[in-house]
Amino acid sequence: MGEYEKEPLSPGQLQEGGQIVDHRDGQDVVIRVRGLRTQFGDQVVHDHLDFDVFRGEVCGLVGGSGSGKSVLLRTIIGLNHPRAGSIEILGTNTRGLHSNALLKLQRRWGVLFQDGALFSSLTVAENIMVPLREHAGLDEETLWEVAALKVAITGLSPDAACKTPSELSGGMRKRAALARALALDPELLFLDEPTAGLDPISAGHFDQLIRSLQKSLGLTVLMVTHDIDSLVSICDRIAVLLDKRVVVGTMDELLKYDHPWVKEYFHGPRGRAARKEQMAADGK
Amino acid sequence: MADAEPTLREAERAGQPVLEASGVWTVFSIRHVQRLAIRGERTGGIRRAGGVSEIDASKVGRLDTAGALEILTLAGAGPDTKVTAQEGAHADLFKLVQANMRTPEPDRPVSWLADALERIGYSWADAALHAVNLCEFFGEVVVTLVRAIFQPRRFRINAIVRQMFEVWLRALTIVGILCFLIGVVLAYQSVQQLRAFGAETFSVEAVAIAIGRELGVLLTAIIVAGRSGSAFTAQIGTMQVNLEVDAMRTMGLNPIEWLVLPRIMALTLSMPLLAFWGVIAGLLGGAFACSIYLDFTVAQFFERLRDTVGIWNFYTGMIKAPVFGFIIAAIGCYEGLQVTGSAESVGRLTTKSVVESIFFVIVIDAIFSIIFLFADV
Repeated sequence: MGEYEKEPLSPGQLQEGGQIVDHRDGQDVVIRVRGLRTQFGDQVVHDHLDFDVFRGEVCGLVGGSGSGKSVLLRTIIGLNHPRAGSIEILGTNTRGLHSNALLKLQRRWGVLFQDGALFSSLTVAENIMVPLREHAGLDEETLWEVAALKVAITGLSPDAACKTPSELSGGMRKRAALARALALDPELLFLDEPTAGLDPISAGHFDQLIRSLQKSLGLTVLMVTHDIDSLVSICDRIAVLLDKRVVVGTMDELLKYDHPWVKEYFHGPRGRAARKEQMAADGK
Repeated sequence: MADAEPTLREAERAGQPVLEASGVWTVFSIRHVQRLAIRGERTGGIRRAGGVSEIDASKVGRLDTAGALEILTLAGAGPDTKVTAQEGAHADLFKLVQANMRTPEPDRPVSWLADALERIGYSWADAALHAVNLCEFFGEVVVTLVRAIFQPRRFRINAIVRQMFEVWLRALTIVGILCFLIGVVLAYQSVQQLRAFGAETFSVEAVAIAIGRELGVLLTAIIVAGRSGSAFTAQIGTMQVNLEVDAMRTMGLNPIEWLVLPRIMALTLSMPLLAFWGVIAGLLGGAFACSIYLDFTVAQFFERLRDTVGIWNFYTGMIKAPVFGFIIAAIGCYEGLQVTGSAESVGRLTTKSVVESIFFVIVIDAIFSIIFLFADV
């Protein structure tokens, strides 16, 4: 344990919630993580991790392979149990939450897993209807209408609704999984590598879809991603996992941030290309 | 207004029917409105009536897509209906839902005759395709086997040994116990029935012939089909789902040679060994039961066995064993390779593989009976 007691990042460097520059400004904090420590056996993944996500923003979560991005996401949604620290989502502390309260919370968020994690024995429409039927208790006709609406909103063709996940392409599976995540109209959306495995055009479309849905549905989005194009084009703020902790900032702040990994990531050829493209798009 | 019930009221403005929505319209609250709507209360019985030119949703509290959709559907409104809503989030939501809502098409009724014919047609086509595929698979196995005989290093001895450990050594306990119990039951029943004729000593023959000719090997085959045939299908099927089999093909590794042949070899070799073990356990069970019900010692049982029961009763069973092993392994592997895409398909084909291999084992057992009848053994 001893080795990890020392602070790898000087605490004075960061503002509350791991921010480089304080953006709180009276904003509603939807996810508040304080002093988080996750550990598997002897391997410490996160230590003294503070992290805030504000209402109505798209926050990207990046980090090198094995830095614990997915672990952080899984910990926030309650699939991993932290060793120490508190996680507060929508004002509720998730630690030791009893099942009813947890269920109430779970109905207010949607999760998109990396490969979709659609139920393989059900069709897309049935996948969307599972949470609706279980939690909202709607009648069959309304279930179908709502499912059809979600299918349309996520840009799937109507005939895709009656297909099973194995009959869909990778991009369509992601859209179907997004439709299922949106089934209960959550306030909070967790995305685990939403554009991984998609071609750049589909990835771009998917990013735009997430952005437009986020705006019209008023969602708060936390997305784990490797895709620097997504970060540049749709994320309001970016959280970087460094030395077991999170550093949050806007793209401009991170560009100025002095850390070898951050420099290599954002100033590398891919980072530069993505920013140039975005600037050109903004200029139009 | 925070938790007000969702309501829909008909009003008139400037001679035009206008619907006023108020309250909370979310996916969790709309089931209340449905009950009201079905009873025709408060909504004025206008469920899915159509013909409303304007909806006033400015008094709605919380709103989500399902709620917006419900308001529009209850009003019978379409994408073009004018909706007045609070500026910002609500207006955006209505726009999004109106752009994406579609009128569900009713299913076209299909006559039962056409339906039945379609189903029969499909099942015959499936069966034909299945038969062709099975022949193709057996052909491939035989070709690979012949090639392996000329190039013995293709036999993958390591894989065969590992499979034999699984399907032979690990099955010994269960096969032994079940056959022993069947031997006991068989001997007990024989003694009971034959005692009526004073011929209870013939129980030894009854047990020995039944176990040696049929039950020992058949019971073993059924256990092996349930435990190893299903395992083969599940293993290969999971590899198929993970695209491991495709990966093998692209690396120039023949899945028949790497996955199927070792399993078939292992089970073809293991089945006679297991069946022998089963027969011995069955006979011991018979001897045990006879020593209890018949005042026979175990030694007397085996003496009578040696004197009166022909050795061919044992050979006939043993001849069948490798054939059963081959059939079970081949069907298990074949069904595993038929898996496509999903986890559900693994489960379905595993069931199918067990049912099919037990079916074929019994069919082939019947064929053997006829052959042995003509061969007079």
